[in-house]
Amino acid sequence: MAQLLYGGAGVVLFALGLWAFLVYTPLLRKLIALNIMGSGVFHLLIAIAERGELPPDPVPHALVLTGIVVAVSATALALAMGRRLEEDEGGR
Amino acid sequence: MVDSLALAVSVPLVGGLLATAIPKRAQALGLLASLVAVIAVAWVLVGVWQEGSLRSELGGWAAPLGIALVADGLSAALLAMAALVALGVGVYATGYFRRGDAAAHFWPLWLLLWAALNGLLLAADLFNIYVTLELLGLTAAALGALTGSVEAVSANLRYLLVGLLGSMTYLLGVALLYTAHGTLDLGLLAAVIQPGPVAASALVLMTAGLALKAALFPLHFWLPPAHANAPAPVSAALSALVVKAAFYLILRLWLDVFAPVVTPWAASLMGLLGAMAIIWGSWRALRSERLKLLAAYSTVAQIGYLCLFIPLLQALPPGSERDDLFVALVLMALTHGLAKAGLFLAAGLVQRDAGHDRIDDLGGTAQNMPATTFTIALAGTALIGLPPSGSFIGKWILMTSAIESGQWWWILVILVGTLLAAAYVFRVLSRAFNLEPTPRRFVTQARTEVPALLLALASVAVLGLAADSLWRLLGMGEGA
Repeated sequence: MAQLLYGGAGVVLFALGLWAFLVYTPLLRKLIALNIMGSGVFHLLIAIAERGELPPDPVPHALVLTGIVVAVSATALALAMGRRLEEDEGGR
Repeated sequence: MVDSLALAVSVPLVGGLLATAIPKRAQALGLLASLVAVIAVAWVLVGVWQEGSLRSELGGWAAPLGIALVADGLSAALLAMAALVALGVGVYATGYFRRGDAAAHFWPLWLLLWAALNGLLLAADLFNIYVTLELLGLTAAALGALTGSVEAVSANLRYLLVGLLGSMTYLLGVALLYTAHGTLDLGLLAAVIQPGPVAASALVLMTAGLALKAALFPLHFWLPPAHANAPAPVSAALSALVVKAAFYLILRLWLDVFAPVVTPWAASLMGLLGAMAIIWGSWRALRSERLKLLAAYSTVAQIGYLCLFIPLLQALPPGSERDDLFVALVLMALTHGLAKAGLFLAAGLVQRDAGHDRIDDLGGTAQNMPATTFTIALAGTALIGLPPSGSFIGKWILMTSAIESGQWWWILVILVGTLLAAAYVFRVLSRAFNLEPTPRRFVTQARTEVPALLLALASVAVLGLAADSLWRLLGMGEGA
């Protein structure tokens, strides 16, 4: 039951993030939307790691950790590029 | 024992790290790493040639915890193409980036991109593909924005965001597959996958994510500005390699992993999108005012040709005809990679010489830069698909299979696309030959012109005339 709740919440988060990414134009909102989409996928992965009596499956956990690192670096690069654009526009 | 597969990934990676640590020596280190990496890839190629396929478990850890690398004919052929283009781009970059600053930033990112690309082509499981795909997207966007101009940064920021959206969608598909089957290994998945709602939604999600990255029509909108505004060696690598990597994954998924799930309707939809990409991309290329934009739109069209193969491959039963068609697909991809790299490198030289790349004002290019004009003509030959280029054989087999499998309507698309391609190539050439012909020297700057020329030449002559060995490499049609 808890598994379904977490997994379902993950899919809802993904859909919300996708909607916000497509609808809003400001860079910051797009980035937050992407991160929410990512959290949705991570939610789903953590939910499927549960195996009842057995200890949780370690593979999805490893995937989520790697995914978080990737998401942080991607966000940082996008923010740096966005700041560069803002500085250029401000300097004109 | 030293492992050739691990070397193909780690040599560019170590080179990139060294170039980051010692920026003053970045160029020398970068060239050295490129040479060693090419040797490593040649070693992989020889291994695949002799044994059919290679597999290695890194550090002796088996799946699911360990990371495995696999090379078969398809990945070895693309690895070799990437190595050739990378060598050309590397030598070209030494002459292209005159200021030390740009070169110091170019080499670490470029070598990292190459490492990610090799890792992607050799990855044996869906999650490592995700990681390498993200690395590829991040380095490609950073490289594309290297000039720092507002157009380049905003186009590549959009590319980065679209790429992230694509990889998130792909990752959701991976999560669904792991839920259903409990494995990420490509080979194991292919054995257990069953048609059903989970597999179908995973296929749709992963394909949509990858189609965004491969710039498949109608998801190609980000490509032309991003590729046209990047520095020339970077556009060459982006158009020839990075887009092709995403398409390689689509191919792997549709033909290997999801083969039992794919229906004729789904395959025809991919073909339809490909057909629209051919017409729309070629038309926009014909109407482009700038040479680099023309090259970028032509990439959109060429990805379309590759998609046309999917419905035909799906329709044909396993056998020598299907094998021929598959080799033709790889041949088209390789030809386009080499030709487009040559074209973009040449376009960069034209832009530097003339100060712009507006096609209408390119009169006299043939007199000022004969070798570069020859490169554009050779690359154009391969893009149109004239003999003896590799794409001539590719298109020939594609049309034959279209007739044999009763899907004759694709031929109309190929004919229109080829005519449009001839039109946009000759439009550039007719402008370039505008003045009285009195070329003084054939080659003006050997370091930049020769790599471009050799890449274009390889796409026309080598791939066309030595296509036989590709059949052998892909392990098909033996004894034929």
